[in-house]
Amino acid sequence: MSADQNSNNHDIVFTTKQLSVYYGRQLAIRDIDLSIQRHKITAIIGPSGCGKSTLLRSFNRMNELIPTARVEGQVYYNEKNIYAEGIDPVSIRRHIGMVFQKPNPFPKSIYDNVAFGARINKYQGDMDELVERSLRQAALWDEVKDKLKDSGLALSGGQQQRLCIARALATEPDVILMDEPASALDPIATLRIEELMEELKRNYTIIVVTHNMQQASRVSDMTAFLSIDRNDLEARIGILVEYGATQRMFIKPEMQETEDYITGRFG
Amino acid sequence: MTASVETNGDFKENLGFRQKLGRFFNVLLLICTLVGLVVLTVLLVDVALEGGSWIRLQLFTNYHSRFPEKAGMKSGIVGSLILIGLTGLFSFPIGVGAAIYLEEYAPKNWLTNFINININNLSGVPSIVYGMLGLTVFGRMFGLFEPDSWLVKVFNIPVTTGMQGGWQFDLFGIPGLAIQLPFGRSLVAGAMTMTLLILPVVIIASREAIRAVPPSIREAAYGLGATRWQTVSTQVLPVAVPGILTGMILALSRAVGETAPLLIMGAFTYVPFLPESVWDQFTTMPIQIYNWITLPQEDYRIHLAAAGIIVLLAVLLSLNTIAVYLRNKFQVKW
Ligand SMILES: Nc1ncnc2c1ncn2[C@@H]1O[C@H](COP(=O)(O)OP(=O)(O)OP(=O)(O)O)[C@@H](O)[C@H]1O
Ligand SMILES: [Mg+2]
Repeated sequence: MSADQNSNNHDIVFTTKQLSVYYGRQLAIRDIDLSIQRHKITAIIGPSGCGKSTLLRSFNRMNELIPTARVEGQVYYNEKNIYAEGIDPVSIRRHIGMVFQKPNPFPKSIYDNVAFGARINKYQGDMDELVERSLRQAALWDEVKDKLKDSGLALSGGQQQRLCIARALATEPDVILMDEPASALDPIATLRIEELMEELKRNYTIIVVTHNMQQASRVSDMTAFLSIDRNDLEARIGILVEYGATQRMFIKPEMQETEDYITGRFG
Repeated sequence: MTASVETNGDFKENLGFRQKLGRFFNVLLLICTLVGLVVLTVLLVDVALEGGSWIRLQLFTNYHSRFPEKAGMKSGIVGSLILIGLTGLFSFPIGVGAAIYLEEYAPKNWLTNFINININNLSGVPSIVYGMLGLTVFGRMFGLFEPDSWLVKVFNIPVTTGMQGGWQFDLFGIPGLAIQLPFGRSLVAGAMTMTLLILPVVIIASREAIRAVPPSIREAAYGLGATRWQTVSTQVLPVAVPGILTGMILALSRAVGETAPLLIMGAFTYVPFLPESVWDQFTTMPIQIYNWITLPQEDYRIHLAAAGIIVLLAVLLSLNTIAVYLRNKFQVKW
């Protein structure tokens, strides 16, 4: 490894090497090689069923919750293979937060929702302060500061999703994974989430799966385009077709397939 | 014939007949519904007429007596309540523990499948079979504590003979923490048998309650770095508890009405004292009622038995009411 690359490694959060995921015998994604840059927003786009969620869930070992799922290859997080023997997935997930497609607050108070991750990880600091800071970061504080004791389920969909973001921020993660975080929201709530991502980028690395091309081009710095392997359409295996800076990808993609997808001719 | 909007060649709509058939089944199904309700109402009215005036204080304060006017079911009521309490105490942790294991921990393999099938089968086993099981395992403990058993001989256990025979000792030498082996006809033996009897139902109900917790909640907790036990104990169980308690109470109300297993285990029909410890003999409400029904005098056979049934039904109804209340009050609305 050259000295030049070594200094660059500082800016790389994740590197996947030959990452393949199986569900039972079915191969879902094959040989993904990808590097995720620190303090950038990386968008993962691609047609439905091509394995975007599967790839995203490999970054915090959430695939393991599915009994049939099996992962091959390596994912290096800060140059440490998180799939190496003896690594506890629980220890990874605090540092790599996740926001899901459908807002899923706990049926508890807003305060307890945010405090949950900190509590289970034995946070030693001032909990009230942490809750307020997380809610402020998630741009929700002003809307809920007078009703922290109310149920998280009593919020609107967009507020619930920001609560879920606040909840993820409260464990002081390094990376935030978002799986179509705005797909259940109206355009205004979507815009707020996008502004929020822009804001969070300064302190966190964000990887976001989206179906929305405008969203990808608006918010992301890097874009990974996944698609079904065209050489073997029957098997429906997801592969990484193209990966690069969003600007370039959207203006002048290298692959015809990427251009077809982005311009809506295929998908 | 009912006029249809339009007639067209290949369809023989025959709307009139189809509608008539529909109305016929409407009535038939209503009758099916009413049969059960009507019979139950008749029964309740009958019981109320026969026993209503016999619901007096002495029913709750007196033991069984040779004079119907003085007879009560104090020992039966107290016995039933303690039995239910103990059964709940035993079956709750075991049943919920098993349910948590099967839902949240067990790998999906043939062994788990086998266990599932058998739990479902066990819930259909007649209660009398549990009675025999209870008698052998808890009541007699396979005769291991009889004077001439190999166990007693090998370990030189100081057993006594007679009605309450066996081995009595204080657990860890602490006075009061008494243990009596075998359990004989005690409340402990009865409650353990009842525990076995309702355990399949408790497990099934608890599993359903746990399964009803949306997977997205578990994902959220795991995603924040919770361990499996943290996820289960802080997120899944609190949401499932109302459902678990509802199932638990309904199972217990089944146990309240059970008579056969306790009779097989040798529960007494005449117990003129209250149990002083869980190792004492006991009787229960249904056994007392059964006893009265077998007596020749009309006052016992009809009136006292009916009064006893009313009390028993009242207890059952309150249990069910508590269950419904818990479900409505505490269930999370998503
Ligand atoms: N739990 C699972 N069990 C079995 N197969 C699965 C499971 N989850 C996903 N798959 C399969 O893996 C492939 C990729 O699924 P994935 O959810 O990652 O796609 P996606 O790109 O996120 O799709 P979408 O855009 O619709 O969310 C699909 O073919 C899907 O059928
Ligand atoms: Mg997806």
